[in-house]
Amino acid sequence: MGPVLDVVLSTGFLAAILGVSTPYVLAALGGLLAERAGVPNIALEGSMLSAACTGALVAGYSGSVWAGAVCGIAAGALLALLLGVLHLYLGADAIIAGIGLNLLAAGATSYTVFALLGDKGGTSRLHSGALPSVRLPLIEDIPGVGAVLSGQNVLTWAALAATPVVAWLLYRTRFGFHLRAVGEHPEAARSVGIHVHRVQFRALALSGALAGAAGVFLSMGAVSFFVTGMTAGRGYIALAAVFLGALRPCGVFLAALGFGTAEALAVQLGNLDVPSQLVSAIPYVFTLLALAFFAWRRRRASRTDAAPAPLAGPAVLESP
Amino acid sequence: MEPTEETGEPVATDTAPPALEAVGLGKTYPNGTRAVSDVDLSVPRGEIRAIVGQNGAGKSTLMKLLYGLEQPSAGQLSVHGRRVRFSGPQDAIALGVGMVHQNLMLVPSFTVAENAVLGVEPGRAGRVDRAAAAERTAALAEQSGLAVDPTARVDTVSVGMRQRAEILKALHRGARILILDEPTAVLTPQETTDLFTAVRRLRDSGMTVLFISHKLKEVREISDRVTVMRAGSVIGTVRTEESTPAQLASMMVGREMSLDVAKPPARPGARVLRVRGLSGPAVHGVSLDIAAGEIVGLAGVEGNGQTELVELLAGLRRPTAGSVTVDDTDVTHLDAAGHRRAGIAHVPEDRLSNGAALDRSIADNLIVDRHDRPPVARRGILRTRRIRELAEDLISRYAIRAPHPDAAAGALSGGNLQKVVVARELSAKPRLLLAAQLTRGVDIGAMHFMYERLLEARDAGAAVLLVSADLGELLALSDRLLVIKDGRLVARFDDPAGLTEEATGLYMLGVERHPDERITAGVR
Ligand SMILES: Nc1ncnc2c1ncn2[C@@H]1O[C@H](COP(=O)(O)OP(=O)(O)OP(=O)(O)O)[C@@H](O)[C@H]1O
Ligand SMILES: [Mg+2]
Repeated sequence: MGPVLDVVLSTGFLAAILGVSTPYVLAALGGLLAERAGVPNIALEGSMLSAACTGALVAGYSGSVWAGAVCGIAAGALLALLLGVLHLYLGADAIIAGIGLNLLAAGATSYTVFALLGDKGGTSRLHSGALPSVRLPLIEDIPGVGAVLSGQNVLTWAALAATPVVAWLLYRTRFGFHLRAVGEHPEAARSVGIHVHRVQFRALALSGALAGAAGVFLSMGAVSFFVTGMTAGRGYIALAAVFLGALRPCGVFLAALGFGTAEALAVQLGNLDVPSQLVSAIPYVFTLLALAFFAWRRRRASRTDAAPAPLAGPAVLESP
Repeated sequence: MEPTEETGEPVATDTAPPALEAVGLGKTYPNGTRAVSDVDLSVPRGEIRAIVGQNGAGKSTLMKLLYGLEQPSAGQLSVHGRRVRFSGPQDAIALGVGMVHQNLMLVPSFTVAENAVLGVEPGRAGRVDRAAAAERTAALAEQSGLAVDPTARVDTVSVGMRQRAEILKALHRGARILILDEPTAVLTPQETTDLFTAVRRLRDSGMTVLFISHKLKEVREISDRVTVMRAGSVIGTVRTEESTPAQLASMMVGREMSLDVAKPPARPGARVLRVRGLSGPAVHGVSLDIAAGEIVGLAGVEGNGQTELVELLAGLRRPTAGSVTVDDTDVTHLDAAGHRRAGIAHVPEDRLSNGAALDRSIADNLIVDRHDRPPVARRGILRTRRIRELAEDLISRYAIRAPHPDAAAGALSGGNLQKVVVARELSAKPRLLLAAQLTRGVDIGAMHFMYERLLEARDAGAAVLLVSADLGELLALSDRLLVIKDGRLVARFDDPAGLTEEATGLYMLGVERHPDERITAGVR
């Protein structure tokens, strides 16, 4: 295991973790906001994909990476709002509608790319450019730390900043207050005059925008072109991180970082003499193990406290 | 969104306009249930008005109309003489109407203060100032005499405090008209007394209060006048001091009815339940026997382990020590299904979370304990016709007011939902019936009915453990009475006939207790 250890302990690996984790962190925080508002956002994957595609295309045609990023994020938000319309107004099941939207995003992005560029694989013909990296002039010279922190993409920094911002939003602001109330006990929120759907729509828009940022990072941060299906299930893994992180910003961040580490490990081990199929399975195996562990812990917790909690959920207030 | 003012001038009266006035108010739910029809109601300022009526009479629906939670299908509403039309609770709140719902509307993970200010949080620039929220709540609590701990999470505090938090929530919004929908159903007698003191204080400061209860004793104690509803209509309004419970009861049901239960003496048979040294969360070394054909009452101040004891016996909690047998079957380590197979039926005290599945149909709720065996299932396949027949039979025998068996249980009124649970548990012909708060939230007619069914089950040979916050009910029904305090049995009355509520109260509060030999005499 000598070479593996060398890889894992290198500064390059630590820097890679931050980069690879970025889309997970952003999307998972988005998933968290929707979940806390009471709408499971399965469409994270679709939001990421449409944002990745839109971002690369707009950047390529307009020549401005920033315009690409903004349009990509907007596309992600738009898809989440579509989920809101389907689920909240038309009464469609959130899971089914979300899966439908993910399929729609997969189909629509590859069609658009093919229609515009005549290439089924992606936008590599287009010169769309990437979002800039941030160099940290002084820190960059510190051995170890410098190599990890300096030169990360702006969106990686955004992902790091997003965690405390989302926590602040949820726990300190009026909007977050209403959002949590709506998610936990919609009837109670309605009875004090909070517009439940309005709050849920806003939460979904934010959720989609964060997933959009994650998608933009994929096509305009990690690389500078869009590849069809490039999200490769990251939206679903982000969703797993939401629950693994126990629906708390900090926990979600750590869970997302964990998934990022697993993927970074897979990438690094790919350079070594390990069968590539085994390596590419690492993130998924890690996800399954993490979820199983989480379920086991929850079951054990509920066994020691065998009785139902007096106020376990929204519909569980005391009987009249 | 703003309440529309259709007439500029107040309704012409010689004195001040009533705080609340409804004319020809009606509500038909989308599923066709006509819950309220042609109701005229006028409540003057500073009055405590009780609203009584049978389960499903439309009391909660009428209150929801007054609070803007439901929109009327007919009629008009005025608040302080102004004609209004509410598009949602926010409009009612803006006009000073506050409501405490039958099913409390609190966010479990929020603190008392956070719940109190929800929707109108203090703070600037979109932020919530939690310290200010706690301060304000504390100040309001001080003023109104509603004692709460502002910084405690709602899911950790007692039901009584949750209730007070709800009232503070309304006060914080500047409510001048307060609607209380069955506030006392879940309260202990002491909490009820405290609530009434606070409500009177609010009334004296000019608050108008609408108060719903099924307990006529409470209605007579707190209200100035009583409005009686039946089948969606207002039957009449009487001054409280000029009314008698019998008169109110007959107005509610539309015929004369007696309020007494005929209780033939018990003929206890062989032992059914044997509990030895049972311990678990909040229960310590409880030993008791219950014989076939007797009702054993369990009295205690709420929160002294009676809930936990019943849940241990029903298999919903795991004991840490001791043993439980039912008819020679050792059920100590069985799960809830094993307990049911051993012949235990359980009417849980919290019907919304443990007693019923609100989004499933009434029929499903009625057969859920026997869905895996004949007659409702054959070789693993449900027989829908049998289910329907069974459900229709129970609905008619237990006088459940429901549109049809396939309606969602959640659309039932509170008391009718309780009837569904009781119908299921009693029709299972149990060997041991665990009945917790059997008549919580049911009207006096149904209460009567349930007493009769309970005695019927007893006389058919069931052993019954009855837990109730209503001491009068316990004393009236129990053949033997046990008192629990801090998770231990502290008194045992083998003949509670001459026992008074006051005398029992002394044991419940721990002022007196029986020696252990007396409590465990014959129990070995
Ligand atoms: N959301 C709803 N949809 C359809 N029907 C409903 C709904 N809520 C109540 N009902 C029906 O309207 C009628 C009146 O119900 P309501 O809850 O007002 O009764 P209530 O007088 O408050 O009874 P209780 O004393 O049992 O609480 C009942 O027949 C009930 O089944
Ligand atoms: Mg009601």
